[in-house]
Amino acid sequence: MKLTDFNFEIKKRISSRSRISFKSKSILYILICFLFLSFYSCTNKTETKPIIEEPISELSIYNLPSKWTNEEGENLEIKDLKGKVLVMVMIYTSCKAACPRLVADMRNIEQRIPEKIKDHVKFVLVSIDPEVDTPQRLKAFAIENKMDGDQWTFLRSSEENTREFAAVLAVNYKKIAPLDFSHSNIISVFNAKGELAYQQEGLGVNSDQTIDKILEEAEKLN
Amino acid sequence: MLKNKIVLSLFLLIVTTSLVAQEPKMVAIARGKFVPLYGATTKTPVEVKPFYIDVYPVTNAQYLTFLKKYPENSRSRIKGIFADKSYLSQWESDFSFGKVNLSNAPVTNVSWFTAKKYCECQGGRLPTMDEWEYVAMADEKRIDARTKESFNKYIMSWYEKPNTYANPVGETFKNYWGVYDMHGLVWEWTGDFNSIFLSGESRKDKDTDKNLFCGSASVNATDLMNYAAFMRYAFRGSLKARYTTKNLGFRCAKDKK
Repeated sequence: MKLTDFNFEIKKRISSRSRISFKSKSILYILICFLFLSFYSCTNKTETKPIIEEPISELSIYNLPSKWTNEEGENLEIKDLKGKVLVMVMIYTSCKAACPRLVADMRNIEQRIPEKIKDHVKFVLVSIDPEVDTPQRLKAFAIENKMDGDQWTFLRSSEENTREFAAVLAVNYKKIAPLDFSHSNIISVFNAKGELAYQQEGLGVNSDQTIDKILEEAEKLN
Repeated sequence: MLKNKIVLSLFLLIVTTSLVAQEPKMVAIARGKFVPLYGATTKTPVEVKPFYIDVYPVTNAQYLTFLKKYPENSRSRIKGIFADKSYLSQWESDFSFGKVNLSNAPVTNVSWFTAKKYCECQGGRLPTMDEWEYVAMADEKRIDARTKESFNKYIMSWYEKPNTYANPVGETFKNYWGVYDMHGLVWEWTGDFNSIFLSGESRKDKDTDKNLFCGSASVNATDLMNYAAFMRYAFRGSLKARYTTKNLGFRCAKDKK
């Protein structure tokens, strides 16, 4: 890296100059540290992505670098779900109004997926209240709602990552009180490449088209 | 020997000052409470914690510096999920904003993702909608000038003015906090722009907020104020995170510890 070379160069020059007083030496040192830190702080944030054999499509959610935790407490990235058709919804477990109906819609869709393609479909519920929805709580919610099979995944992340994920799904939400959120009721279908294939909007709406789309995408994987 | 010493220290001085100069100029915003037009379901005030905000919107020149350092955000390399086709379309090329665009004009045609990335790379973040509105309600002298008719008329007259995005930053008024261009130049992204629910749009079954609609027929300062803010909220509500438009820029904020 250029910067380290630069620092090294300066250090070399400093050490070759014995007549520089101790004071100016320490000032120099502080300056160098400052320089180094000021560059480091940002490079720290942009992690280098691992090399992937197959390029990820431009519009794929697998481009998202955010880290998530599932209901088992395991860490994952969205791209770890790659290769399956994803049916996604954003909810929060303390929700009393819309979410039980949204969750019911998800369950209805899941029940209507034929056995032969079930392995190709994953149902993902993302919490918009990561503060309250700990992995333990998500697990309890999964069991309570009979959604603890392999086809179900519950995810939570930081508030910022959640806001970003919602932006990708075009889901709007706002905390209106502790334990209470306004949010869009949208179920999104992503194909195996992670591209948005279909969105079902509203509660208790007819899911025929959503299911058709899931089948269509899942059959491509057979 | 002495000459070398001077050269070396001068060199270091230049490097450090140029680094400081690259730091966007920010000012501190003190803690406060206000009732935003939208967002408080009851009329209870929202608390805004102390924070820092950029004095000016991010300029073409600043954005170019960012792109050179993080070229994956350049026009030809940005992924479609993070910005639509019109991303930086007014620029000449990937790393040149061209001759038509001023270096100190606000950068526009940027998406929420790219604006967010820019701020993160400066160690900051996008301001929240409440923070932005809190700063934007100040005129030259008052923290909250929202009920002042001339202030509202100023904002409204800008909404009618075309192409202000081509102007340099810092030419509108300096507000109470020392912040420029909250009104009169460009619309700006906020971190939580996607927390708005408007009825009347295509989305069904969303919670709606009656606070947004004023039925009054007479136009007084309060109506103007509501109308101006309504325009901003409605605009935000119409956006998606990958959208870019020529009158939409951004500035960054930072937590105050």
